[in-house]
Amino acid sequence: MDKARPTAVTLDNATVAFRLADNRVYTAVEQARLAVEDGEFVAIVGPTGCGKSTLLNVAAGLLKPVSGSVRIFDAPLTGLNRGAGYLFQADALFPWKTAIDNVAIGLEIEGVPRRDALQRAQVWLASVGLGAFGNRYPHMLSGGQRKRIGLAQVLIRDPKILLMDEPFGPLDAQTRQIMGNLLLELWNADRKAVLFVTHDLEEAIALADRVVIMSAGPGARIIGDWRVPLPRPRDIMEVRLDKEFHSLHREIWSVLKTEVLKGYEQSSQAPAAGP
Amino acid sequence: MSRVMLLALQVLVAVVGLALWQLLATVPIFGRTWLPPFFFSNPVDVGSQIVDWFASGVIWKHLAITLWESILAFAIGSLGGVTVGFWFARQPLVAAVFDPYVKMANALPRVVLAPIFTLWLGLGIWSKVALGVTLVFFIVFFNVYQGVKEVSVTVRDNARMLGMSERQLMRHVYWPSALSWMFSSLHTSVGFAVVGAVVGEYLGSAAGLGYLIQQAEGVFDVAGVFAGMFVLSAFVILIDIAVTLVERRLLVWRPDAGEARA
Repeated sequence: MDKARPTAVTLDNATVAFRLADNRVYTAVEQARLAVEDGEFVAIVGPTGCGKSTLLNVAAGLLKPVSGSVRIFDAPLTGLNRGAGYLFQADALFPWKTAIDNVAIGLEIEGVPRRDALQRAQVWLASVGLGAFGNRYPHMLSGGQRKRIGLAQVLIRDPKILLMDEPFGPLDAQTRQIMGNLLLELWNADRKAVLFVTHDLEEAIALADRVVIMSAGPGARIIGDWRVPLPRPRDIMEVRLDKEFHSLHREIWSVLKTEVLKGYEQSSQAPAAGP
Repeated sequence: MSRVMLLALQVLVAVVGLALWQLLATVPIFGRTWLPPFFFSNPVDVGSQIVDWFASGVIWKHLAITLWESILAFAIGSLGGVTVGFWFARQPLVAAVFDPYVKMANALPRVVLAPIFTLWLGLGIWSKVALGVTLVFFIVFFNVYQGVKEVSVTVRDNARMLGMSERQLMRHVYWPSALSWMFSSLHTSVGFAVVGAVVGEYLGSAAGLGYLIQQAEGVFDVAGVFAGMFVLSAFVILIDIAVTLVERRLLVWRPDAGEARA
């Protein structure tokens, strides 16, 4: 990695805590240190409820850490991270806008004339394979199609950083693989910095340059960081058959497993684990 | 069941009902007329009264007045409801302060306001419009308030991450959400606008369907009362059809409105 370039996302000892309804303080993430280089695809994996999404929201500027700092391209982050695109886990499309309007909106609010915005949106719709679906409303599309629209909606603004919160979580296994390949294909075109949160270790290894493991919450920490030596471009379905994939998977899983079990125990014991 | 069959059965219900009414009101059974004409009139008289109204053209003026009052009540009430609903939803403190008063005003049976409005605004259309406005306002207000409040956090965060300013959030997120809630209560609010107009006319006026019914009642003209009721029902059904058409157009993006009715 070229060190002269600024680091896309830097979390420096970031601690995130929430005040619960009964006034107790719940520490979601403790002293997280993480650097995502420009052009790097980093996946964060951890047990359910460990604060992976919290970390992403911090990088997006939607949440402020109580201590520690966030730097975006070496500049401290104040307010929202304007240079980042965020693909949410839940449905985030505007249900009252057609697919093409959903994609074009990011340009329109920047002041791009509507005709130009629609033209460019049509190009993006085509590149996510939905060129003929521009006039559909979100409820008329399948879950996978809605994710594609969401991807186009985010990418049309050409963000420097892509934040993804289990974006393919609600999809079925086959659709996930297809979406994963689509994502890699689009990412390969200009290699943005990506921070990709998932609970699926296989997905993480198949997609990312680096896999970061978080411990079970509360007070989750980053406990491991592996480089994925698999060559690019990759095909998600084929890369899973690779020998190196398996040995890396085994190695990371040996660490992750104990955390997953811990997280499972905690979530089955404490009913109010936090937000 | 086929559409034709359903329609035939629906017509059959009307025919049987009217025939029974005519029979019981005119032909003595076991030496007794079960529906005394003085209290129940009969379908033929009611029908001829309706025909008479339309033939002579007197009904148009009353229909026009009632329609105009309903439209004004709906427009003014909706405008007020949208404005205040938006304002309260975006200013939680204001909403909290006014909360008990809003509840109080909404709990009040609106009919008791009619004399006051007549006193303030006279016997013309505006006292009826005012009554309709008090009914429409609260329905629209509550729906818009809810619509702004219920915008999903994810959709809102997404809008912010896409770079929307506070003003753009209003225009592209809160406004459409609020309007969709308002439109989904369109049947209720339009219905209440008509109720306000007719009840207002009934309680004191010089024209309108409510006035017509009240006048007929005043001289024990039961056929006139029933005729007024039938015309009013037809009037409301026509308005409801119009609302359904508008709704289908405006809410295409909604799963239930778009699919179930398409």
